[in-house]
Amino acid sequence: MSQGEYLKRGFWRNFDTTLLVITILLCAFGVVSIYSANLQSESPFLHGLYIRQIYWIGISLMVMGAVTLIDYRFIERMAYPLYFAGVITLVSVNYSGRIIGGSQRWISMYGFNLQPSELMKIIVIIFVARIFDDMRKEGNLGARDLIKPLILVSIPFLIVAKQPDLGTAVIYMILFASIAFFNGISRKLLLKAAGALALLAPAFWFLLKPYQKERILGILNPEADPMGHGYHIIQSKIAIGSGGMWGKGIFEGTQSKLNFLPAKHTDFIFSVFSEEVGFVGSMVLIAIFFLFIMRFIEVILHANDKFGSLVVVGIMSMIAFNFFYNIGMTLGLFPIVGIPLPFISYGGSSLLTNFIGVGLALNVSLGRYRVE
Amino acid sequence: MYTTRSEWEEFLEHRKSKSAIFALLVILGFTVIIIRLWHLQIIQHSALSDRAENNRIRQVTLDGRRGKILDRNGDALVDSRPSFQLSVIPEDLENPKETLELLSRRVEFDMDEKLKEIKKARSFESVVIKRDITREQVAFAEERRLDLPGVHLEIKAIRNYIHNDIASHLLGYLSIITPKQLAKDTKSVYSRNDFVGQYGIEKKYEESLRGLKGLKRIEVDATGRQLKLLGQEPSKSGEDLRITIDYKTQAAAEKAFEGKMGAAIAIDPDTGEILAYVSKPSYDPNMFALGVTAKDWKSLVNNKFHPLQNRLSQGQYPPGSTFKIVVAAAALEEGIINESSTYYCPGHFRLGRRTYRCWKRGGHGSMTVRDALIQSCDVFFYNAGLKLGINKIARYANAFGLGRYPKINLGPEKKGLIPTTQWKKKYRKEPWIKGETVSCSIGQGFVLTTPAQQARMIAAVANGGTLVTPRIIPGQKNKNESGSGREPMNISSNTIQIIREALRGVVAAPHGTAWRLRDGPYSYAGKTGTSQVIQMKKDDPMKNEELDFRFRDHAWFVSFAPYDDPKIAVAVIAEHAGHGGAAAAPIAQRIMDTYLDGIEKTGAEKRIGAGNGRHVTENIH
Repeated sequence: MSQGEYLKRGFWRNFDTTLLVITILLCAFGVVSIYSANLQSESPFLHGLYIRQIYWIGISLMVMGAVTLIDYRFIERMAYPLYFAGVITLVSVNYSGRIIGGSQRWISMYGFNLQPSELMKIIVIIFVARIFDDMRKEGNLGARDLIKPLILVSIPFLIVAKQPDLGTAVIYMILFASIAFFNGISRKLLLKAAGALALLAPAFWFLLKPYQKERILGILNPEADPMGHGYHIIQSKIAIGSGGMWGKGIFEGTQSKLNFLPAKHTDFIFSVFSEEVGFVGSMVLIAIFFLFIMRFIEVILHANDKFGSLVVVGIMSMIAFNFFYNIGMTLGLFPIVGIPLPFISYGGSSLLTNFIGVGLALNVSLGRYRVE
Repeated sequence: MYTTRSEWEEFLEHRKSKSAIFALLVILGFTVIIIRLWHLQIIQHSALSDRAENNRIRQVTLDGRRGKILDRNGDALVDSRPSFQLSVIPEDLENPKETLELLSRRVEFDMDEKLKEIKKARSFESVVIKRDITREQVAFAEERRLDLPGVHLEIKAIRNYIHNDIASHLLGYLSIITPKQLAKDTKSVYSRNDFVGQYGIEKKYEESLRGLKGLKRIEVDATGRQLKLLGQEPSKSGEDLRITIDYKTQAAAEKAFEGKMGAAIAIDPDTGEILAYVSKPSYDPNMFALGVTAKDWKSLVNNKFHPLQNRLSQGQYPPGSTFKIVVAAAALEEGIINESSTYYCPGHFRLGRRTYRCWKRGGHGSMTVRDALIQSCDVFFYNAGLKLGINKIARYANAFGLGRYPKINLGPEKKGLIPTTQWKKKYRKEPWIKGETVSCSIGQGFVLTTPAQQARMIAAVANGGTLVTPRIIPGQKNKNESGSGREPMNISSNTIQIIREALRGVVAAPHGTAWRLRDGPYSYAGKTGTSQVIQMKKDDPMKNEELDFRFRDHAWFVSFAPYDDPKIAVAVIAEHAGHGGAAAAPIAQRIMDTYLDGIEKTGAEKRIGAGNGRHVTENIH
């Protein structure tokens, strides 16, 4: 079947409508929550953020559509050029980007700020998948096989860590680790890596900046410093906990309205949501996310080639990690790091990145290219 | 890419087992989250709910102190004073009507208006009932605190224009931020009831003057009073701004205008620093400091003398005889005349069938350019102007900064009008007529200038030929100013010297039009001007005093002093006040005297102290 014929007959039959519907549903939850978070804001700018979010969703949908339609084998061929372009952009942002909130990680376009380190996640996924695809070997990869990809991932990792945006940098490593793990690592190496990590953890502790240490300590005992480092965690827990079984009602949250919640339309959007809709509503959202992630695993299982599988592994890992970390953070399980809730939190860069991810998964799920 | 089917099937197997591991991890993650959520929302619900209810922690924003505006000597012109403001938080109001009624016993405000505002406001957003309440009202609100739930006393700084209406067009004013300005505030620097600079320096330097808000977290009791300070991010004060104005000179200038309308601007001819900046009538910016009432605003806007208008940069007047400085320079530079060539003035000038009169009906007789400037002979300039042609005149007028924006950039500026043949063709769709050149040669006809432009012109004469940009911050460029602020006019020093000598003669020579200043303490030089508001009938010249006020002539005087080493250049226009020499020159003199007295005094002090100040040797008479 030629591609033209395929597009005519097979496209909609194979198109993963569930994935798209869930994505849009999540965005709708996000817009309502962002609106609610800033409902009482005195600043018309904050008050109008949900509109900007809608613009971003529109832009992201279009980009997603384009990503879905490109031949993904072409994307695989472009893995290295993309990687170099990404690294160069990151370096240039470090020198000339906009500084927001003390770290230099933005470029400005038409009044919208874009964070290249977010989009770099996609590039990391693509080129790591390409490297493992090129190896043509699964299971029992040894240290020698991993050296090359590890060095290549370390470069953007170091650049972004220097911005400083350790949260995003660590995600690159996680993406690498999960694709490598999927491809199969020898048990010996796995044990060695775990041992090294355990040994290095104390050393890593001393490399952290004081504020980063305080965040980690804050999670262990927030009540020790309720007005300082424990403040955000405590207020978020109060917001979620006071929501109870059924919540306080949409737009009726008091914690968020009183400005107790920090970064309420970005990192703490789940607290706003959960306070208003309670355990039941939160479970609905969580269930949707569960379906969403399982859907990605479905795509992985049905991909027509190895590259396709590996790319979707990366995307699933990215979305799942963001989801778990962000929710865990608002529930007081993890230290506070600026990691947004995918599709829900305000922010164009992460929205665009996640949409591109969904676009790639849709592309793979279409199963247009059979390589055997 | 797999070449064989068996390899591919091997991968499929591998993929299945790994996917299963991922799925297990995901399920594990969800389980943890659901358990934690259950724990917080169901098991700990009542405890956390209590904490939310008793979240008696309020975040209070702390205003940053707004910077003062100081004069060149560091004396405050504008500062802020503390005041009490009464406001309510709708959420805490049990019965708005009842509470407001109780308040209205001692505090006067518009009940219906405020009830409407409360209804519209967001529940935690405070609504201001009255600003700047008296001590008695503060005491009342404190005593009846328990009967007034939701009512708060806040301490607010109120902008204080120390000298009331002095330099009001320069200083500008603050008023409550407009919705449009709020919408543009993407960094959330402002909140709804904030005052921001809306005009003049207050607006232009808003960013450095305003402070940054701080935040404090406090624990409050049931009525909203602070029990405990839990933590704070201190606010940041705005920067004090020193401007070039000399308060004494400014005050003298304002006083000299008492009962008059018009404008005056004094600048340092070397640096362009603005020493005095007067536009009259003016208004008291303090009336905006509490939020201007509709009535006050209406009366300001509808006032027939337009106190809100900044006459210095927006008032466009015919320059009258002050324009002769330009025509004289043009004629000398273009070789139409030299310093000894003469024209004969019989008291009138004929062109075709029209006759143009000299202000002196009997005529001045034979005049050199110096005589013509000193006595302000019209006929001399009719002749010179006609020979030059309007386009050459315009070129020199531009060189003197006329017909161009002076770029003080404190608000909208007008650039006046210097006509050319092209201009007339373009905007009037008519060819230029020679007779119009004749009128323009004495600064009538189409020519329009602003007082700010005139100050630049006279400063350039004073400093020997450099056009300076008037500046408002010592040693700094104006906002959005390009260039160095010093522009050579490319007029020969010989020409400038002839004009300077003539302008000295205007004051010192026997027939000089500003002879009233002859006996003053300093050596002044200047040029008078009278600009006609209406064309008078040719053969029935009414005396100015007989005319209705609004048709009376405007009086100009542009001047500098001391003659040998100019320290101050002044342009004065007194609207409807008659002749320049009589009406405007004395105002200019008072401005110059006050400033020169001042620097002489500090010069003398410096000499006694350090010994080597800049003004020491030059200014001791």
